[in-house]
Amino acid sequence: MPKIYMDYGAGKPVDPRVLEAMNPYFLEIYGNASSGHSYGNAAKEALTSSREKIAQLIGAEKVQEIIFTSGGTESNNLAIKGAAFRNKSKGNHIITTAIEHMSVINICKYLQKEGFEVTFVPVDDKGTVDLEKLEAAITDQTIMMSVMYANGEIGTIQPIKQIGKLAQEKNIMLHVDAVAAVGQVPINVVDENIDLLTLSSNDLYGPKGVGALYIKKGTRIVPIDQGGGQENGLRSGTENISGIVGMAKAAELAQTEMETESKRLIALRDKLIDGVLDSIPYSFLNGHRTQRLPNNANLRFSYIEGESLILSLDMHGIQASSGSACSSKTLEPSHVLRAIGLSHELAHGSLAFTLGKQNTQESMDYVLEVIPEVVKRLRALSPLTPKEILR
Amino acid sequence: MYSEKVMDHFKNPRNVGEIENADGVGTVGNPTCGDLMTMYIKVKDEKIEDIKFKTFGCGAAIATSSMTTEMAKGKTIEEAMKISRAEVANNLGGLPPIKMHCSNLAADALHEAIKDYQKKKEDKK
Repeated sequence: MPKIYMDYGAGKPVDPRVLEAMNPYFLEIYGNASSGHSYGNAAKEALTSSREKIAQLIGAEKVQEIIFTSGGTESNNLAIKGAAFRNKSKGNHIITTAIEHMSVINICKYLQKEGFEVTFVPVDDKGTVDLEKLEAAITDQTIMMSVMYANGEIGTIQPIKQIGKLAQEKNIMLHVDAVAAVGQVPINVVDENIDLLTLSSNDLYGPKGVGALYIKKGTRIVPIDQGGGQENGLRSGTENISGIVGMAKAAELAQTEMETESKRLIALRDKLIDGVLDSIPYSFLNGHRTQRLPNNANLRFSYIEGESLILSLDMHGIQASSGSACSSKTLEPSHVLRAIGLSHELAHGSLAFTLGKQNTQESMDYVLEVIPEVVKRLRALSPLTPKEILR
Repeated sequence: MYSEKVMDHFKNPRNVGEIENADGVGTVGNPTCGDLMTMYIKVKDEKIEDIKFKTFGCGAAIATSSMTTEMAKGKTIEEAMKISRAEVANNLGGLPPIKMHCSNLAADALHEAIKDYQKKKEDKK
């Protein structure tokens, strides 16, 4: 049975070249970057050159604007809480969207308990943030907007450049969670007027447990954790040098290979989307058709449920994920699918394929053979399926 | 996440389908929650002679439906009324705790089908 992993949005393998770059930092260059001797200096040099590589990937002007964290969730916490608490005297209002990653949603809910007002701006049925509604939400108390670059579940890319322009005009800080987008689409923090940008290493084929936060020079935030004052006083704790070196190598590879790889993924993605929509009645695409991440195909099938789809595909060697309530910890369907207007019932039948380096044209051919079979079998089991579809 | 027995019943569900002119039909759950199941029974001499099901739902919903039909087939109405959710889950080698409540409804659907049969019988009198 072929093994076709298509859940890259949930977890990616580490690129072998990244692993190779990391290796010396476990066994040979193990000093602490804060130490004043040669071992410490070697670690410090690795940190600085790693910052350079991340800065280059996102068009940051200064290496000091990059600090390292333990991943996307920590970067989001530091960015949003750090900016909110630091700028409390200027205002208590934060604007975000209804389809952010749970880390952003839950940070904002936490801040609501701490006395901040939060507006969750809705999105349209394609998952795109409505710029007019975003602008209308701004008050004289608004200190920050937090909008994701692209949604990892339904793939929709947001008009970040326009949002950045709006934020600049209104003199409001802009935080962007770019975890799902980084390495797939070009990002330029200067052109796009971004003040704070969240990045994660694993999404670049780097190791898990490492992330970064871009903090534009002059942007004031306070640390969330107290300690020895590493990372410019904003993120205490001995730096995870091997992980950071891995993330930087992954960023370097992404920068040189992104254009080619994204083109390749778009072709595979479109083959998958068109193939499914053409061959399966009552199948639909979730998210925007063109303003979408190169690796994302989120498809919806009427009359059947997502977890049983995932189990069935796994039996055929294909791994995907679902926004169905039945595969979640809370038994609630994905807030993203609900925000694009899907009822609970429709959200249950959604399936997200996130493609990556190991997927090929042949993988798509196989997947396109399997999905119709699997959907047909589950529909034959379902009391909701109209008889005429089963023929 | 699921036991081998659950996966076996998910992969090869027993007694799938509908029975035309069934003696009793029972439906429980709703598509909003993600689980909906219908059971059809054919009764002869107060025994469940045939039973079929159709289920919309997760792996656990399909497996418990299949297991319930296997347990009920050949039993008397009285015996079948005693089949419980817990017994169905045990016969499947257990279910993840989160699935015990929401997807383990097949015994209820069976009981509804039996009640439907009994009501129809009363109506005929």
